[in-house]
Amino acid sequence: MSETSTSPELVLEVKGLEGGYGQIQVLHGLDFHVADGEIVIILGANGAGKTTTLRAVSGMISRKGSIKLRGEDISSAKAPDLVRQGVAHVPQGRGTLPELSVEDNLRVGAYIRDDNEIDKDIEQWFDVYPVLRERKNQRAGSLSGGEQQMLAVSRALMSRPSLLLLDEPSLGLAPIIVAELFERFAEINKETGTTMLVVEQNAQLALGIGDRGYVLESGAIFTEGPADELINDDAIRKAYLGV
Amino acid sequence: MELFLNRISDGLSNGATYALIAMALVMIFKATTLINFAQGEFAMFGGFIALVLATERGLPMWIAVVGAMAITAVLAAGFERTLIRPFDPSDHLPLVIITLGLFLGINALAGIIWRFDPRAFPELFPSGNALTWNTVTLSWYTIGTIVTVAVVAGGLTLLLNTTKIGLAFRAVSSNLESSELAGIKVGPTLQFGWAIAAAVGTLGVCVFVASPFRQLEPNVMVTGLIFAVSAAALGGLDSLGGAIAGGLAIGLVQSIGVPYLGIPSELSLLAAVAVLMLVLLFKPSGLFGTPQVERV
Repeated sequence: MSETSTSPELVLEVKGLEGGYGQIQVLHGLDFHVADGEIVIILGANGAGKTTTLRAVSGMISRKGSIKLRGEDISSAKAPDLVRQGVAHVPQGRGTLPELSVEDNLRVGAYIRDDNEIDKDIEQWFDVYPVLRERKNQRAGSLSGGEQQMLAVSRALMSRPSLLLLDEPSLGLAPIIVAELFERFAEINKETGTTMLVVEQNAQLALGIGDRGYVLESGAIFTEGPADELINDDAIRKAYLGV
Repeated sequence: MELFLNRISDGLSNGATYALIAMALVMIFKATTLINFAQGEFAMFGGFIALVLATERGLPMWIAVVGAMAITAVLAAGFERTLIRPFDPSDHLPLVIITLGLFLGINALAGIIWRFDPRAFPELFPSGNALTWNTVTLSWYTIGTIVTVAVVAGGLTLLLNTTKIGLAFRAVSSNLESSELAGIKVGPTLQFGWAIAAAVGTLGVCVFVASPFRQLEPNVMVTGLIFAVSAAALGGLDSLGGAIAGGLAIGLVQSIGVPYLGIPSELSLLAAVAVLMLVLLFKPSGLFGTPQVERV
């Protein structure tokens, strides 16, 4: 593979990404990129490799290929170090610390920071999600699924990342809650300029807030394009929108 | 009645030392869901270090104890790094075997260095009784052990709830993956837990053998560990408060239940295990443990 120069506006540039678990290879050479300020959606059916892709990017599993964060190679960086470089990952399911209080979860999110604006940021996320303020002393494990997802996202954003990886935030949540969550993602993206890479099965909602999208099939990119084109693509409509 | 009150006092002082070792076990269990079978031997070794610092280096006794706590903390951190961390933390059997190996190894090493003859340990608390009422007595030793437990429990609670490393430790105990994704380095955080546990355990043994009726020898914690494990499990294994309650309960069962029920003292160990079995049968997460409930 020839080295190409990375244009400065690219936050994430991935080439020939391979990864898997033990002997099982899940990803077979993915190429994708995320530009500064973009929301990029990765769609795919169960088992297509969506979660594995995010885990490979954030250093949770061993991987091969080139992964560049703002031009810097991060393909051998481990998860705790990547947070310090501005990558926050909300894992699939409950990305919370169930035994800790809501407020402590947010403090853990700010673990890598030592500035004095942590309390201010906590208040800011309590303003965004007032239900979290009401439950700030409650154990995170006692929150409902939707509340836990809000907490997981707030906790990830407490590290003040420049790139947020979201792994199927809609999983197991009621449609109205999912719609609210996605609306909020779009607002956060606009207000803070946080770049987002979102893995989803809910194509309609995700593409609704996304700029571009990739469709993953059996660990390879099947198609890609601007969100509004993908949403009107017949094959995708059939596969993911059920219309 | 007076004998009964004296037995309560004995039970509390024994129980307090079980509670200290149990708190050390709980620190490791919280973070790794692993019982460190070498905890008692770490602590016994620390007791000898304190004795050496006091009698051969001439340090004041409490300074020697604090010094021994620091030395065992460093040693435990070294064990964690070299013998525990290289293994998969979710596969418990190899780790349990390693802690059993450490148990035997440290016991033998202490025997080689200090031989198996019991040695008198300097008193840490004033001798004599604080209160005397007819034949009922409350010794300074009993008061001292209980105060020590309270201070350690308070100190650990402050450490875990008000410091950044304490936050990291609680996070790692709760969810390893989310902790890593928040930038917490799991290895050093667990190492901190091992170090703190070893220091608390050392204090536990020093207090235990500071009793005028006990001496320090390499096997001093072999049965003590069984009582401490029972105490920790009774309290819920992941609860510091539970370790204290469990320790005191086991101490009281040993000093009150065993003589009144006519159980031969050789079987008092069995009585502790029987109490533990009954509790776990009816309340598997222990008296104060966190039940595994999570909304889905």
